[in-house]
Amino acid sequence: MGENLTLVQAVRDGLRDEMAEDDDVLVMGEDVGKNGGVFRATEGLYDEFGEERVVDTPLAESGIIGSAIGMAAYGLKPVPEIQFSGFMYPGFDQIVSHMARLRTRSRGRFTCPMVLRAPFGGGIRAPEHHSESKEAFYVHEAGLKVAIPSTPHDAKGMLIAAIRDPDPVIFLEPKKIYRAFREEVPDGPYEVELGEAAVRREGSDISVFTWGAMTRPTLEAAENMADDVDVEVVDLRTLSPLDEETVVESFEKTGRAAIVHEAPKTAGVGAELTATLQEEALLHQEAPIKRVTGFDVPFPLAALEDYYLPEPERIESGIRETVEF
Amino acid sequence: MVRVLDEDGEVVDGAEVPDLDDDELVEMYRTMKLARRFDERAVSLQRQGRIGTYPPLSGQEGAQVGSAMALGDGDWMVPSYREHAAALVQGLPLKQTLRLWMGDENGARVPEDVNLFTVAVPIASQIPHATGLAWASKLKDEQDKAFLCYFGDGATSEGDFHEGLNFAGVFDTPNVFFCNNNQWAISVPRERQTASKTLAQKAEAYGFEGVQVDGMDPLAVYAVTKAAVEKAKEPTEGELRPTMIEAVQYRFGAHTTADDPSVYREEEEVEKWKAKDPIPRLEKYLQRTDRLDDEAITDIEEDVEDRVADAIAAAEETPRPDPVEMFQNVYAEMPGRLEKQLEWFQSIRAEHGDEALLED
Repeated sequence: MGENLTLVQAVRDGLRDEMAEDDDVLVMGEDVGKNGGVFRATEGLYDEFGEERVVDTPLAESGIIGSAIGMAAYGLKPVPEIQFSGFMYPGFDQIVSHMARLRTRSRGRFTCPMVLRAPFGGGIRAPEHHSESKEAFYVHEAGLKVAIPSTPHDAKGMLIAAIRDPDPVIFLEPKKIYRAFREEVPDGPYEVELGEAAVRREGSDISVFTWGAMTRPTLEAAENMADDVDVEVVDLRTLSPLDEETVVESFEKTGRAAIVHEAPKTAGVGAELTATLQEEALLHQEAPIKRVTGFDVPFPLAALEDYYLPEPERIESGIRETVEF
Repeated sequence: MVRVLDEDGEVVDGAEVPDLDDDELVEMYRTMKLARRFDERAVSLQRQGRIGTYPPLSGQEGAQVGSAMALGDGDWMVPSYREHAAALVQGLPLKQTLRLWMGDENGARVPEDVNLFTVAVPIASQIPHATGLAWASKLKDEQDKAFLCYFGDGATSEGDFHEGLNFAGVFDTPNVFFCNNNQWAISVPRERQTASKTLAQKAEAYGFEGVQVDGMDPLAVYAVTKAAVEKAKEPTEGELRPTMIEAVQYRFGAHTTADDPSVYREEEEVEKWKAKDPIPRLEKYLQRTDRLDDEAITDIEEDVEDRVADAIAAAEETPRPDPVEMFQNVYAEMPGRLEKQLEWFQSIRAEHGDEALLED
């Protein structure tokens, strides 16, 4: 039996269950303790586990990430939260220079089994720096894993898998869908394996690859055009390591592809997927691969964000261009 | 500034000589001599193209060896990248230091039983790690370990210095923050890093003790570090565990073999500091107190010469690592896409041969 939870409640449920399961797991960050997190992702954990395992830290992202690296190297499993992914940059040096490289530099003597959580993406009418999607930064960095759930069930299972993973994981939570819908989430800890994409809708005319908050508008677009185009929607879930097998298999079946992401187009993860399909399945290709993405502009403030983010109409147009090529 | 020995190796008035037995004092001297000779040879090897860029430590042996000897068996050391002598005391063989600066990551693979964290090149970035390591130890309720972190004067200008020390104060972690103030951050002098009168006084802002010590006086460094290590483990009531130590010293050589210090500092200044050289200082003290005679000094010099030569021979005999190692230890398990890159790379090696892939 499970409970009907929103995505953010499922994150909380995952943290709670894994902390109960494993004493080495601790949560740290700004306002994660008594306040329960600005999005309530750590609500109630402070009361249940106390201030040593649910730590309100000083306001310092590099200090949070850097000290978590030390903790992870010493055998704990810290799960630091950065309040918004737009504030990860003060800790960026720690992420790319140390979190990603500790295992390599020490030839395995020291490892960094930690999960860095951050709400990411647009769509909540937030101020500047609160809406970006910079997953490509982290996908580009060898040594990191990058996971982005799109459902409550996956959020809990992937978060637990990430905490149990021997390598550092950047866990980006699409805040637009933190409370958009509920789903039955099993009680107790369970894992949804990292590195495995999910085919959300089977189809034969075109494969659309997406992740995070873009999964829902993509599925909506697919339904809207279901009468004349049979769209397959693949939710990548983990961007690093990429589930190349599922991506290529889907493309070989349909011969057409579109990629939908919030991040700007240039050098986004869509570019990597396009190149991979060219390398692995060129002879199956029947049309140019379409990228339906955010534009190459700084993320706009609330008044214009609806125009920036791909929505079902834009996604449908992109899919049609490809199918009708 | 805390001092035990003056520049002539005399015990300064009112100073207490730390409680080290004769063997330990001679060992301190021997290790400093070894570090100096290692450093001279390493710089020379770089000039001959036998190792890569190397950061020399001459002048800083007193601070490194004195502080490292103050650590107990279970204590941890978190270095930056110049602490070859401190790492040696902690248990890292000289051969590994050479291998690292020859460009082999295996040099940074600290042996399993040695409580030494890996080198960190980005300035000050290791300080939050030291705080986190100590914090984890405290959360595990170990209570018997201190975590000594080295960094330079330039590092005190970095955000990570502030964040690491600030966290240490707030969470009262068992840390000793050891600043090797060698007066120069490459070409930028200490005065240009901060308007603070001392670096040690910065500790006050984090709520814990800061101590300034003569970093070219190994006995003073030992005493101050020992006290800080003990306090980290067993603070008196109302006292915070962390300490910041500013060890005032000088690097006689370049920042690394890639720069020429004569461009940015006067020879006169170097000579002034060379008069404070920690090695003759301890030597004179040990001779005066009959712990060391000329014969013993000659024996020690021969011994360190041999040990450095052996380390160099062992490092140079070590073959270039297998290039496959580049793909390993990135993740616990190699991702499929990386496996494919490795496979392709292996086919290129097979096709052209390794010699063709290496630059002359």
